[in-house]
Amino acid sequence: MQVPAQFQYEKATSVEHALGLLGKYGPESRVVAGGHSLIPMMKLRLAQPQALIDINEVEELTRISVEEHMLRIGAMVRHAELLSSAVAGEHFPIFHDAEKLIADPVVRNRGTIGGSLCQADPSEDLSAVFAAIRGEAVIQGGEGQRVVPIREFFTGPYETVVADGELLVAVRVPIRSSASAYQKVERRAGDWAVAAAGAELRLDGDTVAEAGIGLTAVGAANFHVPEAEEFLVGGPATAERFARAGEIAAEHCQPVADQRGPVDYKRHLAATLTARALGAALARWHGRHQEA
Amino acid sequence: MEINVTVNGTVYQREVEPRLLLVHFLRDELRLTGTHWGCDTSNCGTCVVWLDEVPVKSCTVLAVMADGHRVRTVEGLADGAGLDPVQEGFRQCHGLQCGFCTPGMMMTARWLLDNNPDPSEEDIREAVSGQLCRCTGYENIVRSVRWAAEHEAAQEEVQA
Repeated sequence: MQVPAQFQYEKATSVEHALGLLGKYGPESRVVAGGHSLIPMMKLRLAQPQALIDINEVEELTRISVEEHMLRIGAMVRHAELLSSAVAGEHFPIFHDAEKLIADPVVRNRGTIGGSLCQADPSEDLSAVFAAIRGEAVIQGGEGQRVVPIREFFTGPYETVVADGELLVAVRVPIRSSASAYQKVERRAGDWAVAAAGAELRLDGDTVAEAGIGLTAVGAANFHVPEAEEFLVGGPATAERFARAGEIAAEHCQPVADQRGPVDYKRHLAATLTARALGAALARWHGRHQEA
Repeated sequence: MEINVTVNGTVYQREVEPRLLLVHFLRDELRLTGTHWGCDTSNCGTCVVWLDEVPVKSCTVLAVMADGHRVRTVEGLADGAGLDPVQEGFRQCHGLQCGFCTPGMMMTARWLLDNNPDPSEEDIREAVSGQLCRCTGYENIVRSVRWAAEHEAAQEEVQA
């Protein structure tokens, strides 16, 4: 039987309350949201917090909203809620592409957006999604809120800029005219990615005006590839250019061989999935602009 | 700590350790052994119960997280007037062999039909994609859920 070691348990009722509890229990406390990463780690003693601060009842963190041209996703929003959110899918269809493939439907009922990002697993899907669309983490501490681009949020595997005594409260994304898509290869339903790529495009006529490429599970630094983005901007949006961008992305990855596949296979996937995600985003861009 | 959990409509008050998992609370504290305990890693899905309105894997939920909430287990599926159509479907279509995955499968199937009364085979396979069955190859599980969907639709027509 796998059971976590003993810990103190506190149920926070507000962000202020959670921050107070984090201060009270100090660095050996952990915030628990859906618990679908932390509880398995606690069972295996990979994590052994002395205190758990449960934010499941913190109502103010559960909303998806549009405020001042920003899509704002509260840290306690469950994967299933993001998948079914019309407003999120309308502005960023990449969310629906990715969420359909994150874990399985029952796990998605419990796991949260904030929890997934704070876990900072090198194979996590939303890290690549938010990197592609240039999301921003809203982090609250005793001194107030600070905003950190997701591209600067991760400091290493399982490590983020969220400091002791701080709480990730939301992720927000500036709403602008763009199209986005996500492509993932997994060995079986509900598994982690062998590799996955997210892409966002904004065109000016036939020219790429803005490009975002996010990659997960292949060792891309901070889940994105600026070299491939820079290559695309200013050039035509063609399949040949997307294929080349994929090759550049693959060259800048550092995949490791594991039970999901060898290095060359993962690099191949990084290239192919990048090109496909760009192609899917382009099709959406054209679809949207023909409607208008 | 003391928790109050409403399970299948009954309020249970218990003193529990914070590290007690919901699956063990149900099985060991309340003796509701219909919920099975399997892989312990949120992969197999045999421990699926409803927490409030949605199915969750109860090996990855702390019992204290259910404090003040409602839980529905396989024991709460039949309403006293007879089997739930999902249960009847599994019986009619031989939706189980060893039966180990069945409680979790049925709880997810009930939720699916409440949200999508006419699911396709693909919808059903997607809904239970986080749950493992090593006997049936899923064929009869899909048939069982379709049986329940068709009989519920027919029942509603009779009532209307």
